[in-house]
Amino acid sequence: MRVIERLVVAVEKPLKEAVWDCRMCGQCILHSTGLSCPMRCPKNLRNGPCGGVRANGNCEVYPDQRCVWVEAWEGSRRLPVFKDHIEHLQKPVDWQLQGTSSWINLASGRDGVAPKGWEPHASS
Amino acid sequence: MPAPSRLAGLLRAGRFVVTAELTSTNSADPEATWRLAEVLRGSVDAVNCTDNTGAHVHMSSLAAAHLLVEKGIEPIMQLTVRDRNRLALQADLLGAAALGVRNIVLMSGDDVTAGDHPEARRIYDIDSMQLIEVAAGMRDRGVYLSGRKLEQAPSFFIGAVENPFAPPLEFRPLRLQKKVRAGADFIQTQLVFDAPLFTRFMSIVGDLGLLDKVFIIPSIGIPRSARSARYMREKVPGLHVPDAVVDRLEKTPPARQSQEGIQIAVELVKAVREIPGVAGVHLIGIKWEEGVVQVAEAAGLLPRPTVSPLATVGGSR
Repeated sequence: MRVIERLVVAVEKPLKEAVWDCRMCGQCILHSTGLSCPMRCPKNLRNGPCGGVRANGNCEVYPDQRCVWVEAWEGSRRLPVFKDHIEHLQKPVDWQLQGTSSWINLASGRDGVAPKGWEPHASS
Repeated sequence: MPAPSRLAGLLRAGRFVVTAELTSTNSADPEATWRLAEVLRGSVDAVNCTDNTGAHVHMSSLAAAHLLVEKGIEPIMQLTVRDRNRLALQADLLGAAALGVRNIVLMSGDDVTAGDHPEARRIYDIDSMQLIEVAAGMRDRGVYLSGRKLEQAPSFFIGAVENPFAPPLEFRPLRLQKKVRAGADFIQTQLVFDAPLFTRFMSIVGDLGLLDKVFIIPSIGIPRSARSARYMREKVPGLHVPDAVVDRLEKTPPARQSQEGIQIAVELVKAVREIPGVAGVHLIGIKWEEGVVQVAEAAGLLPRPTVSPLATVGGSR
């Protein structure tokens, strides 16, 4: 299994880094974030932008870069499907998955495992 | 168990509430915090204790909130996910509850690069949205995020923040909705200097059906001088200060600028009070507690109710 995982990571990592500047969190939610990787946000925010976004749409921390969540919002509007997934409450990051293959974690269901006390209220 | 949140009681009774920010001190002497808090006593319903505001180190919000509880002034404890991981956050939430803190406001926090330790490691283990859900889980289901049971659940009145003026503007009301779904009972907004823009934001929030699910309390800043307004415009992340506000203060002689700042704040209080769904105001006199009292007075917000209405905390609104 370790060998297979390493092989998959060897494909997944360079591909997703090149296309999305992926940070290999191992629990990919790109389809919910307009294909803008939320782990690029210096605050690792997975549920939306912080309050510090600059008036020009750039990042509070890196003034020369576009806010990841401004790109996420715009990207989500362009997606033919999953548009409203940006409104979904994302569970806390499982930092144990850092560096592992999100493809394998998706297939195995590992990336869907939330902490036992995480039980979001039904959307109303 | 100490009394439930008085702030919650006032809001649920339909009273227009007034909260204010307390300058966080750099003193090991509790008197420093008490002196500032005493200025606010009687002019506001509850007092925010900030959590390393602007990413500058100060006394912890938990300690300051407890000092206020000791003096019978109701605190609102701010807690950011910038400086603590999920263990520390839950530990502080439970500790705060045991020390009599009922109102909490949970947020991301200004980045460390905005503060006096820009070289610090930022934490952001969980985000503010997730922290709201965690606090609601502790309160409503009596469990930690791990699923382990608490012996006694805290009775929090859970607050969150929103910045109606930062991009992506169209997403902001949806993000607020997300916070309400996660468990936020009330929202304190970023400083409002642009009432028309805030009115538009509130109307979208109303269209989403959120106004009977959450209490929205806009923040009103009290610029003490043209310099202070310029500082806010240039240095505070996410703050939208229209040029008209800065110009107005710059055209005022220095000796009268603080009075003009009061006047600007009073006009804003009156403007936001007219907007449907606005449940109160949060006054922020940057290091200027006397300014808060003057605005409350001049805007006709005094006296504050002295009798504590019965409040039930927990569950939804």
